[in-house]
Amino acid sequence: MSRPFIQVTSIAAPLLEDNIDTDIIIPSREMKSTGKTGLAGGLFAGRRYVEGRTENPDFVLNQPVYRDAAILLAGDNFGCGSSREHAVWALAEYGVRAVIAPSFSPIFAGNAVRGGLLPLVLPRASIAELAAFEGAISIDLPAQTVTADGATYRFEIGAEARAMLIGGLDAIDLTQLSAGRIAAWQAGNQSVRPWVYLSSFTDSNP
Amino acid sequence: MPSLFDKLWDRHVIAETEGGATIIAIDRVFLHERTGAAALNSLAAAGRTVADPARVFAAMDHIVDTLPGRSDATTMPGGTAFITETRAACAAAGITLFDIGDPDQGIVHVVSPELGIVLPGLTLVAPDSHTCTQGAVGALAWGIGSTEAEHALATGTLRIERPRTMRVIFDGVLAPGVTPKDMALALIAAHGAAGGQGHAIEFAGSAVTALAIEARMTLCNMATEFAAFSGFIAPDAVTFDWLKGRRYAPKGAMWDLALADWADLHSDPDAVFDREIRIDASAIAPMLSWGTSPAQSMAITGRVPAFAGSGSRAAHDKALAYMGLVEGQALMGVPIDAAFIGSCTNSRLSDLERAAAVIAGRTVAPGVRAIVVPGSSAVKRAAEAKGIDKLFLAAGFEWRESGCSMCFFAGGESFGAGQRVISSTNRNFESRQGAGTRTHIASPETVAASAIAGRISAA
Repeated sequence: MSRPFIQVTSIAAPLLEDNIDTDIIIPSREMKSTGKTGLAGGLFAGRRYVEGRTENPDFVLNQPVYRDAAILLAGDNFGCGSSREHAVWALAEYGVRAVIAPSFSPIFAGNAVRGGLLPLVLPRASIAELAAFEGAISIDLPAQTVTADGATYRFEIGAEARAMLIGGLDAIDLTQLSAGRIAAWQAGNQSVRPWVYLSSFTDSNP
Repeated sequence: MPSLFDKLWDRHVIAETEGGATIIAIDRVFLHERTGAAALNSLAAAGRTVADPARVFAAMDHIVDTLPGRSDATTMPGGTAFITETRAACAAAGITLFDIGDPDQGIVHVVSPELGIVLPGLTLVAPDSHTCTQGAVGALAWGIGSTEAEHALATGTLRIERPRTMRVIFDGVLAPGVTPKDMALALIAAHGAAGGQGHAIEFAGSAVTALAIEARMTLCNMATEFAAFSGFIAPDAVTFDWLKGRRYAPKGAMWDLALADWADLHSDPDAVFDREIRIDASAIAPMLSWGTSPAQSMAITGRVPAFAGSGSRAAHDKALAYMGLVEGQALMGVPIDAAFIGSCTNSRLSDLERAAAVIAGRTVAPGVRAIVVPGSSAVKRAAEAKGIDKLFLAAGFEWRESGCSMCFFAGGESFGAGQRVISSTNRNFESRQGAGTRTHIASPETVAASAIAGRISAA
């Protein structure tokens, strides 16, 4: 169960580089426990701090107007690199609810949906317009719109991802509704491709 | 009519969801200690169990260090807990773990094919972006996050949207000294780090089918640096010969049954793809990255390009400033501080053999730190049986235990700020190999030649 996403209104912090990778979002050295929490301090650590934990005043989230931004504006291929879901957990824990970018790494986008963080795709030109706007912008997920300064931008998102975000749904719970169907499929498949099923295939077990 | 992807996908469709996603059967899950403990602990905390532990494997590679005499201790902050918790969680769930000291320990994407855990026609997922490496044997293998890993463990399935398809065809014959690493960098440099945009990518063409299996793994490994959903190659006689007899591969009559199934795993002549890219393989030169994205790569003999209008001028300049380079500068001859051979991209026996051939009888330049990390304990033993370790040691390289090592921060080790490192790894990201470290990615032979010269050099 993640935090449901319906509508969010916030100032949007511009981080308009392409290929913001998950090492930038949270460096490996900041992932200090096997849990999913305690990560916000490590968010963008390499950019956000100088000399240990002294804030770098040039970094966008350290500027007073953007410090509490719940929306990030980014460039192409946001979240590329390592599959570390800590990138989503760190963003969410910091308070980011949505990232707007021309494209996302597929693994990051999948992680985001499961973590209640909206990966919102808009064309680069629309993002540039949003970045030029100084006030708060509003995202309405059920309506699939972003509004700013009277302008409305429509965005597309898969129906499954949309429903999961709006409902804060747990994918395992959803899939277990189909448990009978899965079991039946596996039983059938096992007779066709028995080598796939190592537990029943003693020949392969050392 | 169907493509290889269609056949791989259709073999695993259980149901379509109301939201347009597919519940797809997952045949194998592989975990490592960086993301494995998180997934297993979270699963257990939710009161859920692993549906079929016999089809789940784990290896220690991401946190464990690669120094001789290693243990659970690591200088990575909090690292020991990742190791001990993964071990405990695997034991509790009945998952086969290739632990520290196990003769089969190694990097997940080296170990899995080595043991025949990944096979043609299987779906395999791991909470690791380079899982696409394993598509080299004709499997559909892709990286996921920890939460999706929990889903795969608990249900034996994932809910995903069917990706779009792409075929990348490399025609022609590679020039001598040009490797699959160069093919991948040439592709990404030409089409951008987002060029694959969530596509399931089949690598095909005469230059691909001519590759040995380990070389195919290098090519598929880099699919994630192209933003692909996955990369894979149709299995052929080379694949089947390579897999036959491996520990978890089917044996006897079961092997014959599997072979009959796998014979169909290729794109039909009239298969349709959402996108197709064709590349003249004979025109590819040894490549080297100059910036902080794999897309910022060039022929090693070239000059750092001027801003070309894609992306932003600021990002281009930022990458150059980070790397300490200027537009128009030749990279050949730039002094290096360190050379690293290893990672799931380029750490298999053939990679080490080719690098060893470059360094044999020569020595690493004074002041250059040179490190070789075999991809698995089995690779290390095989290399030692051939005397390859002696060649590296005599040349002045460190010869390590297997693991991910300094591809990033495994074992808590990294290179220093401003250090210029030439590396056979997959990511030249800002601070990937250490805060402020300047990484150039290249083939193992280019790394070896540069280590000897003390400056960027072609093999």
